Amino acid sequence: MDSVIRVDQLNHYYGTQMAIDSLSFEVARGEVFGLLGPNGAGKTTTIRLLNGMFEPSEGKLAVMNLDPRTQGGQIRRLAGVLTETPALYERLSARQNLRFFGTLAGLSDSQIKKRTEELLSLFDLSERADDRTGTYSKGMKQRLAIARAWINQPKLLFLDEPTSGLDPQAALQVRELIAQVREQEGTTVLLCTHNLDEAQKLCDRLLIMRKGASLAQGSLADLRRIVSPGLWLDIDLLKPYGDLESLNHQAGVIQLLDQDSFSIRLELADQSFIPSIVQYLAAGGAQIVRVQSEEISLEAVYLKLQKSSEVNHA
Amino acid sequence: MLSLRNMKIIVWKDLLEVRQNKSVIVSLAMVPLIIMVILPLVILILANQAGAAEAFNDPDLAVMMANIPTSISRQFSGFNELQLNLAMMLGYIFAPMFLILPIMVSASIAAESFAGERERKTLEALLYTPASDTELFLGKALAAFIPAVLIAWLSFVLYTLVLNVAGYPLFGRIWFPFPVWYALVFWVTPAFAALGVGATVLISTRVQTFMGAYQTSGSLVLLVLGLMVGQIAGVIYLSTWVGLLVGFIIWLAAGVLIFLGIQQFNRKRLLLQKAT
Repeated sequence: MDSVIRVDQLNHYYGTQMAIDSLSFEVARGEVFGLLGPNGAGKTTTIRLLNGMFEPSEGKLAVMNLDPRTQGGQIRRLAGVLTETPALYERLSARQNLRFFGTLAGLSDSQIKKRTEELLSLFDLSERADDRTGTYSKGMKQRLAIARAWINQPKLLFLDEPTSGLDPQAALQVRELIAQVREQEGTTVLLCTHNLDEAQKLCDRLLIMRKGASLAQGSLADLRRIVSPGLWLDIDLLKPYGDLESLNHQAGVIQLLDQDSFSIRLELADQSFIPSIVQYLAAGGAQIVRVQSEEISLEAVYLKLQKSSEVNHA
Repeated sequence: MLSLRNMKIIVWKDLLEVRQNKSVIVSLAMVPLIIMVILPLVILILANQAGAAEAFNDPDLAVMMANIPTSISRQFSGFNELQLNLAMMLGYIFAPMFLILPIMVSASIAAESFAGERERKTLEALLYTPASDTELFLGKALAAFIPAVLIAWLSFVLYTLVLNVAGYPLFGRIWFPFPVWYALVFWVTPAFAALGVGATVLISTRVQTFMGAYQTSGSLVLLVLGLMVGQIAGVIYLSTWVGLLVGFIIWLAAGVLIFLGIQQFNRKRLLLQKAT
């Protein structure tokens, strides 16, 4: 794998408290990689360590083949970071904010000017570019914060909770922008979030964290396979069907869930078993009005992993 | 190697933020205006009124005058009683008051810059830039130091104008500044500005808000009041040499505070700081 980020057996302590526990993962070039976990899972600490904000207690780290311990400044020059809050200077205008961060990122004055106009236009902020950002809506602030992180056209973007606190429309806009940024530049993105819907839509691969440790990682399909080999099948009936229990003994059925007189929910090994299940029910006199299959959502995978980790810890 | 461009843009940003903050601007304008313009103007206008010689004939000033070293009293030679009292008050006792300005301005801007950045949750984005810890520190320190010195110098020019213009009917000539003021303005003022920056940076690492940092560092004004009381009590006489010595001590103290401030100012500490 052509890795932009390599983390190997990373441990980090705040005093005696373990914040990162034997974390290992790699992020490939051009990939959107998601770090998922509840608050306190260690996502933000991971971003800080990768940017050389402080030294890890143990383990190996490489970002764009640079060592964050000694080359943090170089990494921060090549990467862009969107912090959890927009962190804009609210008494300054969008243009002034971009000028400040563009200069610190090492761009020349002419590059800053050109890039500022491009970003303001792309992020739909041109009309309010000279207004104080304190007067902006949350969505506008977040768009400007992404523009700030992207001003030096970084090869790697760290996005920490990019849609946190936004209304659905603003969140959608931000997600579209992230997709656009990635498409236009092939930028590698490390996305920290606890918004599972967002992760499912944006990420190529995911790492689910809890208390600084990795619970599982891979593509959504990989993660689904970890928690369950199958899919959900919902069947609605016109009249109650008598012998539901017998479904448990049919080929491909993993479990029978949420049953009532008029609906059946089954977990199946895969979709090839759907016709035989439907045929079995019809032969038994069931009057089927609807059959709907559904892949296990990231939310279900996530909750199952978090719950089993909780049980293991207990 | 330090990047001058990075430090310049930090100074630019910090001063732009200060300029947009009305409460800071008002305090930066009002204090010099009151101390260096309005107060002396009122004294000189009152001194122009009939019977002023009697009113300004303070026995304590006479005692001070009797004990003052000749190097200082020489500056008052040829003055009549009213001129002498005014010169003692505005040209000598008032001198330490002037030193409030660099402390107040530098502490105010440094608090806004260091603690204010954390209070407004903008610090983390700043720390994610490639600028080094030293560039960030020096940029922010200069953003507080430069205006503090410039405002104090501008106030000195205004004070000189007020004393000589409003005092002309009484003195009939340009009588201010006395030599000790040059030491205060060009040596002690930058030292106090640096002290204000150093102290505020250190305090800012322990408090979370602009007001907390500003109020705590404001206690440095006690140093100036101590100088003033020392003069009135006859413990210290602010001659040019004493001014140079005071400046030297303040520069040393400022150097130590700034050194400690640089030690405290690193990304890890700043990110993990908790309010105490």
